[in-house]
Order: sequence, then C-alpha cells, then structure tokens
Amino acid sequence: MPLVNGGKIVDDSFVKLAVDTPLPEGGDILVPAERFVGEADALLKRTGKIGVIWPNNRDIAELVPYLGKIAVVALVFPTFRDGRAYSQARLLRERYNYRGDLRATGQILRDQFVFMLRAGFDSFDVKKQADAEAFMQTAKRYSVFYQPTGDGRITALHRRMQLRHSEGVGT
Amino acid sequence: MYAYDEIDRTLVNERVSEFRDQVKRRLSGELTEDEFKILRLQNGVYLQLHAYMFRVAIPYGTLASNQLRALAHVARKYDRGYGHFTTRQNIQFNWIKLAELPDALADLAEVGIHAMQTSGNNMRNVTSDQWAGVAPGEIEDPRIWSELIRQHTTLHPEFSFLPRKFKIAITASDHDRAAIKIHDIGLRLIKNEKGETGFEVLVGGGLGRTPFIAKTIKHFVHGRDILSYIEAILRVYNQYGRRDNIYKARIKILVHELGIEKFSREVEEEWQHIRNSSLQIDDEVIEDIRSRFAYPSYEKLPHMPDQLRQAAADPDFEAWRKNSVAPHKVQGYSIVTISLKPIGAPPGDATAEQMDALADLADKYSFGEIRVGHEQNLALPHVAQRDLPALWKALDKLGLATPNVNLITDIIACPGLDYCSLANARSIPIAQELTRRFANHELANLIGRLHINISGCINACGHHHVGHIGILGVEKNGEEVYQITIGGRADESAALGNLIGPGVKFDEVADVVEDIVEAYLALRERPEELFMDTVKRLGVEPFKERVYATR
Repeated sequence: MPLVNGGKIVDDSFVKLAVDTPLPEGGDILVPAERFVGEADALLKRTGKIGVIWPNNRDIAELVPYLGKIAVVALVFPTFRDGRAYSQARLLRERYNYRGDLRATGQILRDQFVFMLRAGFDSFDVKKQADAEAFMQTAKRYSVFYQPTGDGRITALHRRMQLRHSEGVGT
Repeated sequence: MYAYDEIDRTLVNERVSEFRDQVKRRLSGELTEDEFKILRLQNGVYLQLHAYMFRVAIPYGTLASNQLRALAHVARKYDRGYGHFTTRQNIQFNWIKLAELPDALADLAEVGIHAMQTSGNNMRNVTSDQWAGVAPGEIEDPRIWSELIRQHTTLHPEFSFLPRKFKIAITASDHDRAAIKIHDIGLRLIKNEKGETGFEVLVGGGLGRTPFIAKTIKHFVHGRDILSYIEAILRVYNQYGRRDNIYKARIKILVHELGIEKFSREVEEEWQHIRNSSLQIDDEVIEDIRSRFAYPSYEKLPHMPDQLRQAAADPDFEAWRKNSVAPHKVQGYSIVTISLKPIGAPPGDATAEQMDALADLADKYSFGEIRVGHEQNLALPHVAQRDLPALWKALDKLGLATPNVNLITDIIACPGLDYCSLANARSIPIAQELTRRFANHELANLIGRLHINISGCINACGHHHVGHIGILGVEKNGEEVYQITIGGRADESAALGNLIGPGVKFDEVADVVEDIVEAYLALRERPEELFMDTVKRLGVEPFKERVYATR
C-alpha cells in the first residue's frame, strides 16, 4: 500500500506493531490505540518517533494529553463508506490543535482525497497504486469550497464578501 | 429565483468533470461496482429494475423556465421523453444510459442544475415550501436560508459519508407545505421578540420502517447560528448514529434511543464549541445571497378583474379555479397549482412537450418561474388574475388542467414495482385505478380534501404513513398485499396513520378505499367536516367495521 505524504509517494518510516509484537529498540513505530494508552509512558520514552492508530469508534479526546508528543495519528476508514474519522480528524485539527502528521488508513481511494484533505489529513495509506500516482491531479480537482474547515482554504462565502468589498458593494 | 454566480458554476462544472472521470474509470473496470456505487449515488444515479435511474435536484422547488426546458431536453435526448417529479422536489429519469450520464449532467450544469447528493448517505436536496416568497402571511422567504444551507451541505468534507441519508426541510408559513415534521431536520422560520430571524429546530422525523414525527430540539436558534447548530447535530449523528443496521441508521433512531433530552444535551455541548467560529453568518452574507434572488416587478392590479368575473360563468373554469388557484401575497395575482395527476395516469409524470410548453407559459404568465411541490405537482407562482382564464385554456390543451388539486385523485405515489428494485408491490397501477374510480369531479368535490399516499414498500417513498388514507404494498407468500391506514397527515399537525385491519389483495384496494370514503360520507356531521376531521372525531373503528363487515 503506497503512502502519500505532501502530495508525493514516499517511503513509510513507520513500522506497524500489533498489540503483542515486542517493542523494537529504535525506529519509528505505529501502535494500536489500546496498546498506546496502556503503555504510553514506556512508548514515549523510546528514541524513535511514535504514532498511534486510533479506531473510529473511540473518543478522540482521550488522545489530547499526548498530542504534543505524537508524530502520527492514523485514523481508520474500515470502508470508505464509514465517515466517522472525518469528524475525528476535524476535532484533532480544529479543536485540539494537533499539528503532527494526520494519516488516513484503511480503504483509502482516490475519490475521497479532497474530502480528507479538507478535514485535515495530510498523509494517506492509499489502497491502489494508480490512485496514489493520481494524487496531485485529484487533489486539484476542486477550486470552490462552500464550508469553512481548518484547512485554510477560502470558502465561497468569504470569496464573495471579498468581491463585494473590492467592488465597493455594501460598504 | 437564485442565480448562480461564477463560484457556484465552477463548483458544478468541477463536479461534472469529476463524475465524467469516475464513469470512465468504471467503464474501463478500474473501479469496481462496489466502489462506483457510492460515487454514482452521490450524483443521483441508481440502478433500478430495468435501467439506471437519474435523480436531479430542484433545490427548494424553484425552477426557471430555461431550467425546465433543460429538464425537457434531458427527457427527450437521454431518456424516453418524460420525467417523474418526486415527493422531495427532485425529478427522476428512468431510462438513462450510464455512458451518457456525464453529458446529461453537463447539459444541466449549463443552466445551473445539478444532481449532487440526490441519493447516498449524505445531506440530500434541501426542500422548502413550493409557495415560498409568494404565500400570504409568510414570515420571510425561506429560500434564502434554503440556499445558504444548500451551499453549506454541498460536498461537505465531514458529512458526505453519514450512517444514512439526511434530509432537511424549511418552512416559513403557519401552514406547513414542506412536511418538515417528517424530516431529519425540520426548520420553522420564526422571529424572536426583537424581530430577529431564527428557527425552531426539529429533529428525528422520518418515515420508512420505523416512522417518527420530528421533535423540537430547540425553540429558537438565531439565524446567524443556524449553520453551526446544524453542524453540531450532524457531528453528533456522524459519530454516534448506528452503522451496524441500515434500518436503524437514520437519526430518528439515535434520537429515539438516546431520548430527545440526552440527544439535545450532546448537540448543545458540541454547539457551544463551534457556535462562535467561522460558521457564524453575518447579515452581509445573507444579503449577498438575497441579492441573487430575483423577484418579479409586480404590476398594480385590481382584485377580481373583469376577465375573472366573466370566466366564472364557465363551470369547467370555476371547477379548476376553485381547486388550483390560491391567494398570492400581492393583490391581483394568484398562485396556480398545475396538477400532474390526470385521471388514469401515473402521478407526477410530465412529458418533455408538457415541460417545454409549461416553460413557455411560465414566461408568458409567471415571470419565467415554476415551482415543484412535494405533492408531485407543479405551480406557477406569479399569475395575474386577469390571465387565469387564458392560462387555464392553455393548460387544458396540454392535459395539465385536471381540476383535482387536494382532492382524492391528487394521489402521491412512489414508482413501485414498475420501476424500483426495492419495491415489493405495485403503486402506480393502484393510483391509476383509484383515479378512475373517483374520476367524476362532482363526486371528488363532494368528498373534499383527501390525500391518498401509496408506497410500494416499507421504505415509504410515497409517504403512506402521513396520507389521510395511506396504502402500503408488501409481499406476503409471493403475493402483493396492501395495508391501509387512515388519519395520517404531513402538515403542521403531522401524525402517523392508524392501520384499519388486515392487509388486502391488489384487486381489493380500490374497493376498500371506496368503502372508507362511503363510510366517511355517511359519518360526517356536515359537508364541511373534512375526512381528517371525521377520522379524528370517531377514530378508526367505524371505518374498520365498514371495510371488514363484508370481507
């Protein structure tokens, strides 16, 4: 499964650990939520970077005390039809000000890239090679956005207000 | 009429080009049917019994004449020459080819029409009162807010993969023509004591397998907060709505399982986090949207002009006028409902020729505007009273002057087993037979206001639960069986109908309805007592007795 980050296909430096895999000495690791919560102190003392895979039915607020120390939060789309992780992503970015890497994992397909970018994701475990290769092109598909999210894209409503003011309407 | 600006146009065009690419990938096999299904649904494309069905949005039921012509063009070029208006201000085309869909969407995009989110588990077409902006006594035009919400819900990055579909309806009149109480969110536009615009917010209404009337979650949400409040409801629903069982996934089940108090506390808590964010709407934003709604320049006209007085001598004209013409907020004008329920025909269908001709009549008599209502009829919202006789003649020639609006033959029905892959039973033939039974206008008029709603399966697209008489087709031992309810209604006093007894066979449905009607005529205290009032006064029992005494 190719990893896309910063718009490009990159090598994944993180190794996914199961609940019971022995902890490697060094290196970057991604651990499941229950292991992370259970062993947080030990995990955070390691030298490598730490990431957590957070299921979409667990309260994301539990992660808040650790957010400054986590390099990656991977949110899960068991199927692309299950949209719970979009809410978790926005909460992490917009309410809890998480600034680390936010990764989408699971059934990640091309046609959801724009939604995911807007919700705050910046890296993607893409299911198909062709979709990963089409990432940049797909991400540029839309230039108009109606809703404000934390991604900084200007919304249609704001653009209209700018136009009104530059035309001197309503001033 | 809302006129798209360059921003709106760009988005719709970007959507069309995305869908063109998706269809191409599906046809080449790059996308599996499972992957493609959701993508096509989000663009209004279903796979039905015989072909793909294409559902196009008519947001808050407002159409310009050039848009209606574009729908006629799609019917003619890509379909079989007709379209079907639905109960949620959409139009459906039943015989579309997948490979041609992107072209059909591109043709519609040219006139500012789209099919985004007309199906799938996302926020559906925002519906409103088909008389918005013209109904006397309306608080303000709810379409301004409908358009604001339409934009906000379009391609929403958080709520495009909800547990289930999500429908919002808005009304701004005391009499609710938008059926807000059977929607996931119902908004009743009101003013507070300071005269500021806001909404009573209702949540958790819906029909289907487990029908619920919506409950009030908040008595007043200020207009500037409406987007954040809706967003809070959606966020709670997206996280906690059930995804394990499609029949329990609508927000109505979540509201029911948590209870309205607990649900509203969850929403309130979420709302406090986001209400002072960029979701807050200032007056200028509303004014900007309002500025792109064009309103007619009405003439100063007398009430009851001579033309109308003279035409009153014609009983056929009078029969039509009494049922189809409603008061307008401007003196000398009327709202004209166009019945799409001719005797013996499928409810809600219009041919390409009728649509084109109606677009011409709208240009001539209604400032180029047409409305679509959830009763599957159309309306011309700004007709000068002096033009009513000429309009009636023109409509009559087109087969669009059936004088049955709000009468027993003005039936709401889903497509049923004739088209739909979900259906268990036929709906359209039942409707056709009923219109023939009550074809006599004197009889229908004598009965008075009576709505029959027919669904061909438990999904309730024909809103049978809220029909004054509701007919639900189910399948039992390989046979079509119909369950009959009475006493439902979809307006401000919304209620679910009560079953009158065991289901009956296809051939017996019309007889049963006749029995119910005869019972009503015998039981009503006076001619003005409507069917609904008699049922309310007496309950189901006397009707049940009448229907089952001889069966």
